[in-house]
Amino acid sequence: MKRAARLIVFYAGLLGLWTLLAELKIWPPYLFPTPWGVGEALYAGFKDHSYWIAIAVSMRRVLIGYAISVVLGMILGLGVASSKFLEETMGGLLVSLQSLPSICWWPLALLWFGLSQNAILFVVIMGSLLSVTLAMEDGRKQMPKIYGMAGRNLGASGFQLFWHVLLPASLPFIVSGLKQGWAFAWRSLITAEMLYLSLGLGQVLMMGRDLNDMSAVIAVMFLIIAIGYVVNGVVFKSMERHLQNKWGLTSSV
Amino acid sequence: MSTNAHNFPAIPIPIDPCAPARIGGVRGKSGRATVVRAIPRISSGIPKVALSDICLSYRTQSGERLLALDHINLQVKAGEFLCIVGPSGCGKSTLLHLAAGLHQQTSGEILIDGKRVQGPGTDRILIFQELGLFAWLTVGQNVEFGMKMKGVNKAEREEKTRYYLRLVHLSHFKDSYTHQLSGGMRQRVALARALATEPDVLLMDEPFAALDAQTRDLLHDELERIWAETGRTIIFVTHNVREAIRLGDRVALLTFRPGRVKREFLVDLPRPRVLEDVHVAHAAREILDELREEINRSLEVEYNVGVKPHVEPGVEQQ
Repeated sequence: MKRAARLIVFYAGLLGLWTLLAELKIWPPYLFPTPWGVGEALYAGFKDHSYWIAIAVSMRRVLIGYAISVVLGMILGLGVASSKFLEETMGGLLVSLQSLPSICWWPLALLWFGLSQNAILFVVIMGSLLSVTLAMEDGRKQMPKIYGMAGRNLGASGFQLFWHVLLPASLPFIVSGLKQGWAFAWRSLITAEMLYLSLGLGQVLMMGRDLNDMSAVIAVMFLIIAIGYVVNGVVFKSMERHLQNKWGLTSSV
Repeated sequence: MSTNAHNFPAIPIPIDPCAPARIGGVRGKSGRATVVRAIPRISSGIPKVALSDICLSYRTQSGERLLALDHINLQVKAGEFLCIVGPSGCGKSTLLHLAAGLHQQTSGEILIDGKRVQGPGTDRILIFQELGLFAWLTVGQNVEFGMKMKGVNKAEREEKTRYYLRLVHLSHFKDSYTHQLSGGMRQRVALARALATEPDVLLMDEPFAALDAQTRDLLHDELERIWAETGRTIIFVTHNVREAIRLGDRVALLTFRPGRVKREFLVDLPRPRVLEDVHVAHAAREILDELREEINRSLEVEYNVGVKPHVEPGVEQQ
């Protein structure tokens, strides 16, 4: 209750400050919109369905891209974790590649895939693949060895062993990596969408700039934050909580 | 319940050059009834498990080559309960891992029913010291796991899961997670999970070491009962000599590093045996005397009392 009160006070203060600055008219309204201007832009965007469409298009892309990088990243991470050769050779490369912003792949993606959906997907995948790979590698190493032995001992091998033992056993250790991978995928997507007429949220944002409509720009920024927050706070939080309960890692059970 | 033991043609047993020492020998004198065995002790034919000339050496971090197991020869008959005792560090757990096919010996071979072990197989299931129960699965799903891997259909799996959970008295905990259970209950889940795969051979690696005395006594009774009911062959590793005498038909004593079979003891005492029984205590005494030498040697090495970690080859050859 106290926490909720503090949150309300904080955000009310923030909103007040924003209103005050806007009302002082230090900057013209097309550069510094008022809160209700942004609210109107949001309302208009949803009313003419353009935001709904943008959200749907962006979500579809990020889900496909993220799903591909989760699958690839798990295979790669598992490979790197279980082979000394791969670890020595690819391990360092993966870590150093992570310092490369995913949008750097954009020129290459354009050459390889043309101005298309696939180029955006490629950037999204490159953005999140490494996080997932490194998380999986780490999770596989942190996972108690006994699970793998117990699984083999009970007759599991190959894909069965991976699917029924190694993957679930390492989940608690990779869930934070999966979360990070999601955040990277989402950021990469928006960045890539801003560079190309793509119908997604990124493009709607750039459209606001082109029309000199800062209310629309900030409205879309809010949308991007909100979606990122919902996925992080709702999807991943509940996944973490579920895993912890199941594994007996919390005292709440 | 039938076992493969019946299927083997009678082959004359080769004469064992180093026949095990017989201890106990009070069968019949005590008034207790012996446990009825589900399968007759057939002493002919191929042994269920044969470890022949097993050697294992590995390189330590300092680059030295360490001999862990040195020409281990052990044979286990179908339905027999063999206990392996030895000081810690003698390689007795490693031996079980080799038998389970989880690791590869340097030389020698392991035969199950005369067939060479090449990797893990569900004809023999190892119960680990740390159990390795799957934390993300319920008790029932854990028990079901081996059958699922084998491709047993759902109806049969459910029926057998129920059966084996009843056998270990855990029927009410089918849907619990293993972290919600006590240590003794987790042990029983591991036992049920191993049994549900219906292996001929159960390999048990100090399964009761971490339990309190009361729970351990209880599980000894249960294990003996289940062994009698299911007729499995059991190889049970422990550092506790009395536990070995309590459970085993035969006890093999391993030496400290490198592990060799120092001596075998036939435990000729009526079942069920009680840990406090004077005959058990007496039999344990005999083995303990021999074990003590090994423990002392292991202590000397572990605490570095001026003894090199390598054992002079002459010591064991008497």
